[in-house]
Amino acid sequence: MIVAKQKPIAELKEMLRPYQKVLILGCGTCVKTCFAGGEDEAATLSVALRLAFGQEGKSIKTEELTVERQCEDAFIQEAAQAVTRNEAVLSLACGAGVQAMARRFGKAVLLPGVNTTFIGVLEKPGLFTEECSGCGDCELDTFGGICPVTRCSKRLMNGPCGGSKNGKCEVSPDIDCAWQLIIDRLTALGQLENLKRYIPAKDWRPSLAGGPRRLLREDHVI
Amino acid sequence: MKSDGASKLKSVLTGGGFAVTAECGPPRGANAEIVHKKGEWLKGCVDAVNVTDNQTAVVRMSSLAACLHLLELGIEPVMQMVTRDRNRIALQSDVIGAYSLGIRNMLCLSGDHQSLGSQPEASNVFDIDSVNLVHAVRVMRDEGKDMSGFALNGAPDMFIGAAENPFADPLSYRVVRLAKKIAAGVDFIQTQCVYDLPRFKEWMRMAREEGLTEKVYIMAGITPLKSAKMAQFMATKVAGMDVPEAVIKRMSGVTGPAALEEGQKIALETIAELRTIPGVRGIHIMAIEAEEQVPELVKAAGLLPRPVK
Repeated sequence: MIVAKQKPIAELKEMLRPYQKVLILGCGTCVKTCFAGGEDEAATLSVALRLAFGQEGKSIKTEELTVERQCEDAFIQEAAQAVTRNEAVLSLACGAGVQAMARRFGKAVLLPGVNTTFIGVLEKPGLFTEECSGCGDCELDTFGGICPVTRCSKRLMNGPCGGSKNGKCEVSPDIDCAWQLIIDRLTALGQLENLKRYIPAKDWRPSLAGGPRRLLREDHVI
Repeated sequence: MKSDGASKLKSVLTGGGFAVTAECGPPRGANAEIVHKKGEWLKGCVDAVNVTDNQTAVVRMSSLAACLHLLELGIEPVMQMVTRDRNRIALQSDVIGAYSLGIRNMLCLSGDHQSLGSQPEASNVFDIDSVNLVHAVRVMRDEGKDMSGFALNGAPDMFIGAAENPFADPLSYRVVRLAKKIAAGVDFIQTQCVYDLPRFKEWMRMAREEGLTEKVYIMAGITPLKSAKMAQFMATKVAGMDVPEAVIKRMSGVTGPAALEEGQKIALETIAELRTIPGVRGIHIMAIEAEEQVPELVKAAGLLPRPVK
């Protein structure tokens, strides 16, 4: 899923200061799963903002609505009337959702309510970890299902650097050395031979180095 | 003064000699006097001088520029190059430029992560890794082609080095990685500082078993300790460093000039031991901000005169 984190109240307050009527628009898929911008978070945030403005004697009218996915036009349509009723939209979707909304509603003020962080998983309750950089050329078959592009702090493709100690990364003892994990897993799988092969310099074109990416599916074009 | 021919470090090593190199950290500023001063200390006691590339992810005078200052003094430099700060286009361009200016040796590294340095807010590059850089320079030299396959008008005849850390984990994979660097085209290896001799010997044994010492010149790293505090710091704060308890204990028994002496003594004992290990072809002295101690150390180790003709 796409993991996001709600922006601090103080930052949101400054963003919303010019407006009296705000739509707090939740998104019911990824950001809901990571407790950043679903229905519950939209409701809680709405109360928190009214309280925060109330403390300084300013009143703000908030309306809450959550659509299934803000990154899909079919779901965004449901928000059309609520968008028109308000002066600004505080979107709790990821960056893709905020931009899809801006594309759909040309005249609406769109404000981001969360910081989009990464593509990751819920490793254990309360802990989300980054697993994929969307580099556009997946080589997980070589590395035993552990991604060095994302999980090695230096994106090394040919083995661990000299900073790996007791399975931890030189950047922080909280970070597992991806290469230790790769070697352990390939050892268990009997595929350590994979790592003897020289991995040539990575082609970053399918990643962001090729400019903003698009995927055209001819078979779906109408 | 431009270097006239091929690498002298290469000729020492290929000629079967025991090579001595030392590290020179460029200043955090434009004051070239500091490079000159360090160069004067090191001149005449080593075969070549490594110049670090923004080591520990702290902004310093560029390695290429500091290498040129050393060349002017008649010292052969080893230009260190990390893949942290520049993409493949900039790296290849600098290799070509450095060669055109007389630099004949380089050391290919990935580099300390910028989060450990003075500007942790910086973005890193890591477009390629150190093994890719070794391979790229080897192809530039031997095939006269850049990474796109374009035939260069003038190939850089670099003597290619890389680092290895026998003390990093996992030990079983360190030798596989060394083999990978050799296959990519590395000529010489300079290792992380050796304090833990048993582990170093174990790594060397594994390297010999794989026949790697026949394919690459291994130079062992030496950093004389200056104080108990430094020993503690190296043991706990420096990535990839292994300082055994016994060494820390020896250093903590002494202070001031006596500590310096003890550090030198440990270094001399280590050098003597290293010279008996089959496959060790030289030492690389990294006297961090204490380059003035190198001449005495090399002399006491009985490794003068330098450079070897």
